[in-house]
Amino acid sequence: MKPAPFAYARATTLAEVFDVLETHGDAARLLAGGQSLIAALNLRLASPSLLLDINGVAALRGVTFADGLLRIGALTRHAELGADPLVAQHAPLLAQAVPHIAHAAIRSRGSIGGSLALADPAAELPACALALEAVLVLASRGGERRVAAADFFPGLYQTALRGDEVLAAVEIPSRAGAACTLQELARRHGDYAIVGLAAQRLGQGVRLAWFGVGPTPLRTPRAEAAFAAGDVAGAQAALAGELDPPEDLHGPPALRLHLARVLLGRAAAALKGH
Amino acid sequence: MSELSAVDRPNSYIGRSVPRPNAKRLVAGRGQYVDDLRLPRMVHVAFLRSPHAHARILSIDSAAAKSAPGVVRVVTGAEMAAVCTPWVGVLHHLKGLKSAPQHALAVDRACWQGEPVVAVVARSRAEAEDAVGLVEVAWEELPATVDMETALANGTPVIHPELGDNLAFQREHVGGEPEACFADADSVVVQASFHTGRHTGVCLEGRAILADYNPAEGRLTAYHSNQAPHMMQTVFAKHLGLREGDVRVVCRDVGGSYGIKVHVYPDEMATAALSKMLGRPVKFAADRIEGMVSDIHARDHRITARAAVTRDGVITAMEIDDLTGIGPYSVYPRTSAVEGNQVVNLCGGPYGLRGYKARTTVVFQNKTPTCQYRAVGHPIATTVTEGLVDLAAEAIGMDPAEIRRRNLLADDVYPFRNLAGLAFEGLSHHACLTKLLAMMDYEGLKAERDALRAKGVYRGIGLASFIELTNPSPFMYGIGGARISAMDGATVRLDPDGSVSVASGVTEQGQGTEAMLAQITAGAVGVDVARVRVTTGDTETTPYGGGTWASRGAGIGGEAALQAGNALRQQILVIAGAMLQAAPESLDVRGGVVVDRATGAERLPLEELGRIVYFRGDTLPKDLPRELVATRHYTPKDYPFAFTNGAQASYLEVDVETGFVKLLKHWCVEDCGTVINPMLVDEQIRGGVVQGLGGALLEHCVYSPEGQLLTGSLADYLLPMSGEMPDIAVAHVETPTKESALGAKGAGEAGTAGAPAAVQNAINDALRPLGARVFAQPFTPARILTALGKI
Ligand SMILES: Cc1cc2nc3c(=O)[nH]c(=O)nc-3n(C[C@H](O)[C@H](O)[C@H](O)COP(=O)(O)OP(=O)(O)OC[C@H]3O[C@@H](n4cnc5c(N)ncnc54)[C@H](O)[C@@H]3O)c2cc1C
Repeated sequence: MKPAPFAYARATTLAEVFDVLETHGDAARLLAGGQSLIAALNLRLASPSLLLDINGVAALRGVTFADGLLRIGALTRHAELGADPLVAQHAPLLAQAVPHIAHAAIRSRGSIGGSLALADPAAELPACALALEAVLVLASRGGERRVAAADFFPGLYQTALRGDEVLAAVEIPSRAGAACTLQELARRHGDYAIVGLAAQRLGQGVRLAWFGVGPTPLRTPRAEAAFAAGDVAGAQAALAGELDPPEDLHGPPALRLHLARVLLGRAAAALKGH
Repeated sequence: MSELSAVDRPNSYIGRSVPRPNAKRLVAGRGQYVDDLRLPRMVHVAFLRSPHAHARILSIDSAAAKSAPGVVRVVTGAEMAAVCTPWVGVLHHLKGLKSAPQHALAVDRACWQGEPVVAVVARSRAEAEDAVGLVEVAWEELPATVDMETALANGTPVIHPELGDNLAFQREHVGGEPEACFADADSVVVQASFHTGRHTGVCLEGRAILADYNPAEGRLTAYHSNQAPHMMQTVFAKHLGLREGDVRVVCRDVGGSYGIKVHVYPDEMATAALSKMLGRPVKFAADRIEGMVSDIHARDHRITARAAVTRDGVITAMEIDDLTGIGPYSVYPRTSAVEGNQVVNLCGGPYGLRGYKARTTVVFQNKTPTCQYRAVGHPIATTVTEGLVDLAAEAIGMDPAEIRRRNLLADDVYPFRNLAGLAFEGLSHHACLTKLLAMMDYEGLKAERDALRAKGVYRGIGLASFIELTNPSPFMYGIGGARISAMDGATVRLDPDGSVSVASGVTEQGQGTEAMLAQITAGAVGVDVARVRVTTGDTETTPYGGGTWASRGAGIGGEAALQAGNALRQQILVIAGAMLQAAPESLDVRGGVVVDRATGAERLPLEELGRIVYFRGDTLPKDLPRELVATRHYTPKDYPFAFTNGAQASYLEVDVETGFVKLLKHWCVEDCGTVINPMLVDEQIRGGVVQGLGGALLEHCVYSPEGQLLTGSLADYLLPMSGEMPDIAVAHVETPTKESALGAKGAGEAGTAGAPAAVQNAINDALRPLGARVFAQPFTPARILTALGKI
């Protein structure tokens, strides 16, 4: 299918982005890697009247580390994320996630900002942001505001982004040396997960962030508590009360609940071996 | 005169992996697919398709669409019906088969989600799509008949009331004494209910047609992504009121077909009709989303089956009850009853039974129509047959290889007619199985599997023997009244520069037909294969023929090329004999040069012969024949079909915690008679195996209870991808058919025929220690976990 007609503009500064968002409001859409948005346009699931290409905005690029904080620019491609030494050191969970995302061609264009802004509940990076307790930097004409990942995904394909805002960067306190693992089950390599788990040790605790099991990426505090106490079976049992997975083409809710328990067991083994 | 066989000629290319002549062009991006073609005054059509499985069209308001930018014409079903007559997909030899008239655009009523309803023609496809969005159809939703299991039940809406019920076709066949075998007190009876999921064949290039009706000459030229140009010539002529001779169908490069592009599609017929209405070229290229609901589907079967086996391992009888849902119409002109009919014909095929009973019930439903897709019926029949064989082996505690050894038709019984009525000229089941078991180190693999089981790793080995129908005679379609040629011709010509051209009625869709034709022609005439040019896929410039389907290209088209090439060589030798004052029998053509047959000494290059014949004919004897072109046709006559056979094996691991299946290795040994190009045949087998593996594990057209396709894009319709595919080892046994000089049978469908059965048996082998079994494809994690009692 062909997309409905749209206008196209290219921004090189955040100020230009804010101008366009102010003038066009909801009728404009930001174009990052385009790996999700262009497909939606071609399917006519979205028909914005203006596409604003942000790929030339230098302020949205780059990975830096300062004062114990890893800052990942929104335009960082999945492939860059997987190869970046700072990411490998301070947020190895993200590096582990990258090979699971789609295929090489898509990873070379798709961006972390696009992935978080899209908020696909079966995507890896939103769950990683949750497990890492990342903070998302949202920029608008008025300045920046910071939103914890835990508050960024209010519902299915929804985010805390306002219409006048751009996701500028992701900030993560260094997790260097803390064990982590990313476990997922997908029918074919590169598919969105049926069930996935991003697990990150933090001090004595652990963060278990699930994807593919609900309308948003989500954490399971009771399972986390049991898991942190070394009671893996208890953590697996707790999932029944904390996950309410949907029925879909892959199978009934019981399928996902069962697979989530299996992944939790595998995560325990992986973290132990760390 | 004594003729060396095609294979034995000194400069034969038969049995050699010659590179495909068209590969470089395609890889360089210089192919010419339909969507690459642009004609003056060309316009594009997009279709409004029914969003409902079954709905009445109350009214259509196209005013806004008509005035949208770039729009040339908006056409409804009623207007279309005045230009393009409806068709009915029945064949006389499928007794009792009924169907309703089908229109190019739905008139009054749409019968499946995706049926084309309104055509919008515009300057560009994008403008046509924009305008489609402006067409307003008032629908009255009608109750949909979706589930084939209840299609014949009382109270289920009858889709075509004039037909009386939703039964399209039923056939029962009984051979030998099945009742006695099942009643035998000393035999064990095993049974299961099998499901083969609804699939579609996903071609890299979607369906496409560029129809160019020229009112000044009253002729239609259709550039068509299709497998059977001559069949389409007839169809266009018949339904658009033209003479066959006034229709030319050109199939240039075709990016895959698998049987998908050998049927009559309403949107393609509408495109041709629009070109006639508008008097200008109209292009339609199906996108992936509309392809998923409008390309034919296939393989939607439920089969309840049982087998009787004696305690010492003789399988005496099989009984098959097949049910299939084909959508609201039997597809024209090959019909949608063929697949069920094949299941009846093919089950139990590799074995010597004493009793056989099979029935197929083919019903209408409000889903995308189904029809012939690669290996029509074979993967279904093989899954059922081989599933029963493994159940029989398990029931009497016999090794799966051993029970096959005891029951496969012996390699020396041929010619043989089996209880389903199939005639086999010569098969090699035992030779194939023996080779397969050696190749895979069956005993070693079993030991490895058993050792790993002790460690909680569940691996399985699955075997599947199969037969494959190839080289169909007129018994496939012609006797049923369809103008689908079982004969094919080849015209081979020597030009003055010593190069050779061959034009053939069989077609190329990426499988290497043209390489096969070039090799055979080069060898027969005696020239370097690089000097042969091949033309296929043009009703105007090739001999009349059937095209490529049912694994007939090499066996039928290849034989015609061989005969034509031999005839041209004889013509050359007669002329050369006169020029060299030598007996033609003492000469031969090798490497583009006329040589002395005994010594190989070079006597006369073909370009010199060509120069004399074409430019200095005055120097030749007056009565010397000077034809340097020959046409020969071939049609199989001794057998309705040339059956082939083979055996496959799958080795895989089931993760019993997750239900995921990891394919570790796959083997296929098959017998397609003479192997012309080993690399092409092996890749046909591998590609076919992958299509079979896709169906076994991933691919599935899933519908909602309301008849909405839920797997309408490639995000949900899961195709096999290389990362998940195992190594596929291929080997051959060669039993050439004696019907032709070439001896080639078909190889295009063998891989698909056997792969799902091998996977099914391997999964069940892996699960056996846990007491679980699966018989419903695709074998998804959910189904395997359910069988294991884990969810
Ligand atoms: C075949 C295929 C398989 C895939 N498999 C996976 C997978 O397994 N896992 C996975 O996680 N993803 C997968 N993806 C999606 C891929 O990772 C996308 O690239 C990603 O989700 C979106 O990133 P993008 O940069 O391409 O965003 P775009 O497509 O450009 O944009 C997506 C949305 O985010 C908005 N947006 C983008 N950047 C910003 C920003 N800085 N601020 C505010 N809004 C913004 C856009 O306006 C748009 O609404 C797959 C995609 C394809 C095509």
